[in-house]
Amino acid sequence: MNKISEVVKEARAAFQSGRTRPLQFRIEQLEALRRMIKERGPDITGALAADLHKNEWTSYYEEMVHVLEEIEHVIKKLPEWAADEPVEKTPQTQQDESYIHSEPLGVVLIIGAWNYPFNLIIQPMVGAIAAGNAVVLKPSELSENMANLLATIIPQYMDKDLYPVINGGVPETTELLKERFDHILYTGSAAVGKIVMTAAAKHLTPVTLELGGKSPCYVDKDCDLDVACRRIAWGKFMNSGQTCVAPDYILCDPSIQSQIVEKLKKSLKEFYGEDAKKSRDYGRIINARHYQRVMGLIKGQKVAHGGTGEETSRYIAPTILVDVDPQSPVMREEIFGPVLPIVCVHSLEEAIQFINQLEKPLALYVFSSNDKVIKKMIAETSSGGVTANDVIVHITVHSLPFGGVGHSGMGAYHGKKSFETFSHCRSCLVRSLQNDEAHKARYPPSPAKMSRP
Amino acid sequence: MDAFEDTARRLREAFSSGRTRPATFRMAQLEGLGRFLRENKQQLQDALAQDLRKSAFESEVSEIAMSQGEVDLALRSLRAWMKDQKVPKNLATQLDSAFIRKEPFGLVLIIAPWNYPLNLTLVPLVGAIAAGNCVVLKPSEISKSIEKILAEVLPRYLDQNCFAVALGGPEETARLLEHRFDYIFFTGSPRVGKIVMAAAAKHLTPITLELGGKNPCYVDDNCDPQTVANRLAWFRYFNTGQTCVAPDYVLCSPEMQERLVPALQNAITRFYGEDPQNSPNLGRIISQKHFKRLQGLLRCGRIAIGGQSDENNLYIAPTVLVDVQETEQVMQEEIFGPILPLLTVRSLDEAIDFINRREKPLALYAFSNNSQVVKQVLARTSSGGFCGNDGFMHMTLASLPFGGVGASGMGSYHGKFSFDTFSHHRACLLRRPGMEKINDFRYPPYSPRNLRVLLMAMEERSCSCTLL
Repeated sequence: MNKISEVVKEARAAFQSGRTRPLQFRIEQLEALRRMIKERGPDITGALAADLHKNEWTSYYEEMVHVLEEIEHVIKKLPEWAADEPVEKTPQTQQDESYIHSEPLGVVLIIGAWNYPFNLIIQPMVGAIAAGNAVVLKPSELSENMANLLATIIPQYMDKDLYPVINGGVPETTELLKERFDHILYTGSAAVGKIVMTAAAKHLTPVTLELGGKSPCYVDKDCDLDVACRRIAWGKFMNSGQTCVAPDYILCDPSIQSQIVEKLKKSLKEFYGEDAKKSRDYGRIINARHYQRVMGLIKGQKVAHGGTGEETSRYIAPTILVDVDPQSPVMREEIFGPVLPIVCVHSLEEAIQFINQLEKPLALYVFSSNDKVIKKMIAETSSGGVTANDVIVHITVHSLPFGGVGHSGMGAYHGKKSFETFSHCRSCLVRSLQNDEAHKARYPPSPAKMSRP
Repeated sequence: MDAFEDTARRLREAFSSGRTRPATFRMAQLEGLGRFLRENKQQLQDALAQDLRKSAFESEVSEIAMSQGEVDLALRSLRAWMKDQKVPKNLATQLDSAFIRKEPFGLVLIIAPWNYPLNLTLVPLVGAIAAGNCVVLKPSEISKSIEKILAEVLPRYLDQNCFAVALGGPEETARLLEHRFDYIFFTGSPRVGKIVMAAAAKHLTPITLELGGKNPCYVDDNCDPQTVANRLAWFRYFNTGQTCVAPDYVLCSPEMQERLVPALQNAITRFYGEDPQNSPNLGRIISQKHFKRLQGLLRCGRIAIGGQSDENNLYIAPTVLVDVQETEQVMQEEIFGPILPLLTVRSLDEAIDFINRREKPLALYAFSNNSQVVKQVLARTSSGGFCGNDGFMHMTLASLPFGGVGASGMGSYHGKFSFDTFSHHRACLLRRPGMEKINDFRYPPYSPRNLRVLLMAMEERSCSCTLL
C-alpha cells in the first residue's frame, strides 16, 4: 500500500477510535491551532511573503485574523451547535422525543488554493475539526512555501494521526482522490472542480466546491464615485487581483467611464504610490504561467492606466482598460490579476442582461445611492453572494454562508455553515414500546370499506 | 435527444422571464398539484393497485395523504419560507443590512423510482416548485400505470411552460443526463446514484441523492416480543417490503430470536390472515426481474416463516429467515422485499460492531424498554435517520430532514428542507456609501501602528470584530 493510502487509513483509524467525539477534545485541538498561529506568526507571514509578496499586515488582515476569529466563534458556539435540536412533533408523535442529532461525517479532505494559501485551507479545517472529523489537508503546491510550512508546523501542534498534511502536485492529488473520503472541500478552478466531483462520485462522497468566475461590479450613475472607486480599487488590487471574490470587471454608463478611471487612479496612487512596484503593500503574481496569462489579456486593449509588467519579479502594474469589447479574451475568463476592464452599458437593464448571459459568478457588486437599483440588480441576477456599495466584505460576516452557485460552486462554509457542511444531520424519533394498542388502527386488516375489491 | 433540447429551452426561457418568481405563481402551481391529487384520487389508487397491488389504505397513508400533506404545508408556509433570512452581524457591519436570499436554481431534474411512485415524485416536486424552479420530471418507467397518469394528466394541472415530463428507460435517462440542469434530485439505488453524480459533475450541477442500503434493526432482550414483532412486521411487509427505509434485517440474542419468531408469526397471521396470498392488504413484487431476485434470496439460511412464492402473480409470502450467514446473498444486497432475516449476536457491542463494519444505512432501528440501550445504539452508529422502538415513523414528521449519509445518500428533503434544498442561499450584505472613515483602517499604505492595533484587538477574546 502506498504512503498516501496509509496516511488516509491512519486518519480513519484515528477517527474510529472515537477520540474526536467529545467536544472537549475538539476544543483542545482548536486551541492548539490558535496557539500555532500565534506562536508561529512570523513563519506564516514569512511563507506568504515568499509565495505572494504579502507583507505582515496583509498576511494578518487578509488571512490570519479571519481564521482566528473563526476559531473564537466556533469554540464559543460549539456546545450549542453540537446539541440535539428538538423539532416540532405531529399529533401521532406527541409522546415521543423527536430531534436532529449532529454527527461527524468521518474523514474529510480539504484541498487548498494558492492565492490565500493559509486561510483557504485552515478556515475550512476549523469547521471540519469542530464537527468532529479527521481532516486530511492537501495544500496547493503552487504556494510552495506555505505547503512546506504547514506540513512542518501542523503536526507539531495538532493530533498527528487525525490531521495529516499531504503535499504534492497533480500525480499525488490524483492518487489522493482515489481514496474514499466522507466529504471533500475543494477551492480552485471549475475545470478541476469537475475532476474532483467525478472522483467523488465513485465513492458517493459529498463535495463542497468553492470555484470562481467573473464577479461583475455595476457602478450606477447615481452614486458617490469617490467612495465607490476607492472601495473597488481596494478589493480589486489586493493580492494583485488574485482573489476569487475580487470585482473582476466594471459595468457603467459611458458618461461616467472617464471619471471612474480618474478616481480609480487617484485611489491607486494613494494606496501604492506613483510606482506600485516600489510599494511594500502591492503583491506579485504567483508564477510565470499566470504572469504570461494575465499580461496576454491586456494585449490589444485600450489601456487607461498601467499595462506594464516585469517578468523576473512577476510584477504587473495596476491596470485599467476602457471601452472593452465583451467578446475579447479579457472578458472570457476570470482575470485573477490586477487588470480591471470597464465595459460600457447604457442602462441597468442592459447591465443585468449582460451579467445574465455569463455564468453565475461567485460574487456580485452594485454601487448605487438608489435602493431601487440595488434591489433590482439583486432580484434579477444570481451569484454566490452580493455586497452592495462595497466589495469582498460579505465573506467576512460569520453568519453569511460563503459559497458559489452554478459554475462558481456548490455548497458553502464559514461559521455555523461550516459545522453543518461537515456534519451529518441525523433525524431521530424515539418512541416507547408501551401501549401498542394505540397503534392498532395502522395495522392490517384495514377497515372493510378501505380494502380493495 | 433533440426533442428534449426544445423542451429544455422552453423551460429555461420561461424561467429567465421571471414567471416562477412571484409567490402567487408558485402557489397557483401548488394548488394545481392539490387539485390533481383530489380530482384523480380514484385513478391514482387504481394505478397504484395495478403497479404494486397497493391496498387503498396503503395508497392513502403512504402516497396520497403524504403528498397532499406536503402540498398543504408548502401552501401555508411559502411566504414565510421565501422571506429574506436576516442574520446576526459583526461589529464592523452593524449599520448594514445582512441577510440570506433564497433563490431558485433554474431548471431542476427530478428522477423518481417505482416503489412509491406518487410520493417520491410529488413530494420533491412540491419543493422544487415552491422554491421557484422550472421542473423536468422523469418518473420510473417500471411503475407504468402511475407513469401514464403523471405524463398525461398531471401536466394539465401545471403551467406547461415551466413543467415537463420526460419518459423512457435507462438509455433515455442517460441521454437526458447529458443535458445541463441546475439541480438534479435522484431517488434510487447507490449504483445508479454514482452514475447520476458523475453525469452531474460534467456540468457542476449540485445534487441530492436519496439512495438505500440495509437498514439494521437491533432488538434487545429487554422488550415485549409481541409488540416488537407487530411493529417489525408492519414496517417490513408494508408495500411488500419495497421500501427504502424498511427494517432490512434483525440483530438479536438467540434467546430473543426464540421468542420473536412465534411473535412474528402471530403478527403476520393477524395482518394477512392464514393465507396471505389472498389478503387484500398484501401487495406484490413490482416486476419479474425483482421477483426472481427475491426468489433467489429465499434459498438463504433457513425458512422459519413463509417462503412461498407464485410467479403467476409475482407473489412472495411474508417470510422470516433464520440461521443466516453474513456471507449469504440475503446479507449482501438491500432486500427490498417481504423477507426478514434474523441474525444472532451475543451482545450489544457485537451488534454495534456488525453494523459499523457495513455501509451507513438510510435508517437504523433499535428496540428496547431501556432507553440507555436505545441511546447507545444511536450514539455509536451512523445512519440517515433513526427510530427507537418503531419503524420508519420518523419520516412522517416534516420537521425532520429525510435523507441518507455515506452510501445511503447525500442531501435531504421534506417540508422546509425541500424548499431549502431546491434554493440557492445567496449571502447578501448591503452597505452604505457613507461612514467611509471607518474603512480607512483597511486601506494601504499599511503602517506598523495599524498592525499593532489589529494584533491587540485579536488579543481581546471578547472582541469579535473584523476591522474593515
